[in-house]
Amino acid sequence: MILKMLNLIVLLFVPFLMMGLIKKTKAFWAGRKGVSIFQPMYDFVKLIKKDFVISKTTSVVFNIAPLFAIATVLFASMFVPLATGKALIIIPAGVIVFAYTLGLGKFMSLVAAMDTGSSFEGMGASREACFTSIVEPAFFLLIASVMVLTGNYTFGSLSHIIESAGSYGILITIFAVIVLFIMMLVEGSRVPVDDPATHLELTMIHEVMILDNSGCDLALYSWANGIKMLLISSLIACMVIPHNLPMLLHILCYLLVMGIISIAVGTVESGMARIRMSHVFEFIFVMSSLSLVVMSLVMAKMFGG
Amino acid sequence: MAKWIKVKNNTKINLSDIPGMGIDELRRQIIELAKRPIGFFGKDWGFGCVRLFVILADDANGDLYLSSAIFGPNDKSYESITQDVPAFHMFEREFYEQFGIEPLHHPWLKPVRLNQDKYPFFEMEGEEVHQVAVGPIHAGVIEPGHFRFMCNGETVYHLEIMLGYQHRGVEDMMLKNPSNQLAESINGDSAIAYNIAYSQAIEALKGIEISNKAQLIRKAALEMERMAIHIGDLGAIAGDIAYLMGAAVFGATRTLVINTMLSFCGSRFGRGLVTVGGVNYDLSEAAIQDALKTFDKVGKDVDRMVNTMLKNSTVMSRLEKTGTVSMERAKEIGLVGMAARSSGVDIDTRFDFPDKWMGELDIKRKPFKASGDVNSRFKLRYKEVKESLSMIRKIFDKLKEYKDEPIIAEGVNNNYSSDAMVISLAEGWRGEIVHIVMTDINRKISRYKIKDPSFNNWYGLALAVRNNGVSDFPLCNKSFNLSYSGNDL
Repeated sequence: MILKMLNLIVLLFVPFLMMGLIKKTKAFWAGRKGVSIFQPMYDFVKLIKKDFVISKTTSVVFNIAPLFAIATVLFASMFVPLATGKALIIIPAGVIVFAYTLGLGKFMSLVAAMDTGSSFEGMGASREACFTSIVEPAFFLLIASVMVLTGNYTFGSLSHIIESAGSYGILITIFAVIVLFIMMLVEGSRVPVDDPATHLELTMIHEVMILDNSGCDLALYSWANGIKMLLISSLIACMVIPHNLPMLLHILCYLLVMGIISIAVGTVESGMARIRMSHVFEFIFVMSSLSLVVMSLVMAKMFGG
Repeated sequence: MAKWIKVKNNTKINLSDIPGMGIDELRRQIIELAKRPIGFFGKDWGFGCVRLFVILADDANGDLYLSSAIFGPNDKSYESITQDVPAFHMFEREFYEQFGIEPLHHPWLKPVRLNQDKYPFFEMEGEEVHQVAVGPIHAGVIEPGHFRFMCNGETVYHLEIMLGYQHRGVEDMMLKNPSNQLAESINGDSAIAYNIAYSQAIEALKGIEISNKAQLIRKAALEMERMAIHIGDLGAIAGDIAYLMGAAVFGATRTLVINTMLSFCGSRFGRGLVTVGGVNYDLSEAAIQDALKTFDKVGKDVDRMVNTMLKNSTVMSRLEKTGTVSMERAKEIGLVGMAARSSGVDIDTRFDFPDKWMGELDIKRKPFKASGDVNSRFKLRYKEVKESLSMIRKIFDKLKEYKDEPIIAEGVNNNYSSDAMVISLAEGWRGEIVHIVMTDINRKISRYKIKDPSFNNWYGLALAVRNNGVSDFPLCNKSFNLSYSGNDL
C-alpha cells in the first residue's frame, strides 16, 4: 500500500521538480540565477486556483480534453515501473495499452486544438500529429526487440537486457537510452524539436495547441506533459538501474537518474539551437534508425550466436 | 531651364529654384535617370492644385536630384511609375492615400496607413492553400501590425503585411509644433537618428553652424545607438532559434552600451541628447574613459559570442539560406540601409553623402560578402558593431582637440528662411532616415515629410519569407527588425 502511495507521490511531485531542474540548468548555462526549482509547482497551484475562460467557438470536446489528457497519462503510468521498480499493473503487452492510452490523450488534445478553429492551433495539431506518427513505430520497434530478447513481455524486460544479452546488452542499452531520450524530447516538446519558452505562436508545436486553455485546464495540461516526460524517463531508469537493488537504494537511484536526465535536457536546450521545422523529421528518424540497430543487434544475438 | 537640380543634403534650397514639368515628362525622366527614389510626396499648392516633388539619390556621387510636377484641380490620375520602376510602389501608394491622385495601372494599389477595414488582401485559391492571420495584437511586447500568410502546409507562398495601426499623424504634428521631443518620439529605437535628422534640417533652415564638438558627440551617439540595437538584435535572433546562451550574453552586453548612454545624457536611448544647435550634454573626460573601458569589454564579449554561434552547426543550419532576398530583388524593390547591404546593395548614407569627418577621421567603407539570408543579416550586424566601435574610438580621440568649443551654437532663435526646402539624411541603424522640411513665405514650416527605412523594407520582408517555412517567419522578421511606428508615422 505504502509503495502504491509512493507512486502517487512521485507522479505528483517529480514532474514539477524535473521541470524546475531543467529551468535551473538553463539558467546556469545562461549565467543567470534562475527561479527556484519549486517554481513550476507554485505555478501549478496558482493555475489550479484560477478561473478559466472558454472560447465561444468551442464545443464539449474542448472542455473534456484536459481531463482526458491527465486521465490517460495517469492510467498509462500504472503500467510503468516508477521509483519502486515495479509497475502497479503487470500484464503481458502492457506496452500496447501504455502507448495507445497516451495516444488517446494526444488524440483528444489534437481534436480539442482543432475545435477552437484557430489557424495557429490547427497548425500545431498537424505538426504534433505528424511527429508522433514517426515516433510511434520507432518506439514499438525498440520495445518489441527488447521483449523478444528477454522473453519477458512487460516493461520489466527493460531491466533484464544486460543479463540476457551480455556484452550485446550494453550496446543495446546505450542505443535504447538514446532512442528513449529523443522520444522524451519530442513528446515533452523540448528543444531541439519544440521551444517551450518561446512566445512566437508560429513556431510552437505543443504550446500553440493549448493557447486557448487557461486556469485549471492549463494546469492539467502542463502536469500531464510533465508526467509524460517522467514516464519515458522512468523507462530509461528501468534500463540503467540494476533490478535487484534494495528498495530504498532503488528509490534513491531512481531520483538520481531523473535528476541526471533533467540536467541533460537543460544542457541540450542551452547548447543547441532549435532545429528547423522541416528538419525535425531527420532528427526523429535518428530514433527510428537506432531502433533498427537495436533490432539488428537482438537478431544477431539470438540467431547469429 | 534644367529639368532637375542637383542638390546636397542638409543644405537650404530655394523653392523657386526647383524646376517643374508635366507629369508625363517627369515620369519619362524618372525612368530614364534610373536613380533610387528617396522622396516622392505632394504638397497642397493652393486653388486645388497639388505639387508633386520627386527626390532621387545618386549614391555614387553624393548628389540628390530634385524636380516637381503640378497637378491641376481636375488632374486626378496619372500613369504609375511603379509599372516600370517597382521601387516607387510604396511612394505612389502613399501619395495616392494622401492626395487622392491615382497612379493608373499600379499593380499593388493598397492602403498604406488608413482604411485597414477595407484592405483588399491578395487571395490564393486551392484545396491545400490555407491562410494564417497573425496580429495586430502579438504575443510579446511589440508594436501592432497584421500579417497574413498564404500557406501550403508549412510553406509560405505569400505574406501580406498590413500596417497603419500606429498612425498618429506625425507629419501634421510636426507642422503645428515642431520640437526635438516630438522628433525623437517618432520611432523610439532610432531616437538619436531621428533627432539628428530633424535638427540638421532645422539648423539648415535657420542658418545655424554647429560646433565641431557637437557634431562629433552626435556622431558618437548615433554609432552607439547602432551598436546597442544591433547587439540587441543579435540576441533576439539567438532567442528566436532557442539558442539560449546567445540571447543571454547579447542581452547583457547591450545593457552595457545603453547604460553608457544613460551616463552621458540621463536616458538609455539617448533622448534629450541632441537638440537644435548642438547637443544638450557635454562629455567629460572621465565619462569618455569609462565608456572606452566598457566598450572594450563589449567588443570582446560580442566577438566571443558571435564566434561561438558561427561555429555551432545547429545555429548555422537555422540561419543559412533562411529568408533570402537576392541582390536583384533588393535593387528592384528599393531596399535601403542594413537590409540592402546584407543583400549586397552597398548603400550607406554615412559614406554616400559623407560629412567632413569621414575624411578627417579616415573612416572607410569596408567590403561585406553578402548572401541575402538571415545569416548575412546576422553577420552584417556583427560587422557594423565592430565598425561602430572603431568609429567611436576615433571620434572620442578627436573630441579632445575641441575641448573648449561650446556645445550649443548661436542663433537657435533665428527665424526660418522663407520659401525654402531642406533634405536631411541620417543613417540610423536600420538605414537612411529622410526628413524633408519646407517653409512658406511667412517663414512657417509648411510641409514636413518623413521617410523611415522601414517604409522601403517591409516589402523586403514579405519577399524574404516566400517559400520558407511558416515557423521561420519570426526569425526572418527579427533579422530585419523593422519599425511599425516609423512606417505608420
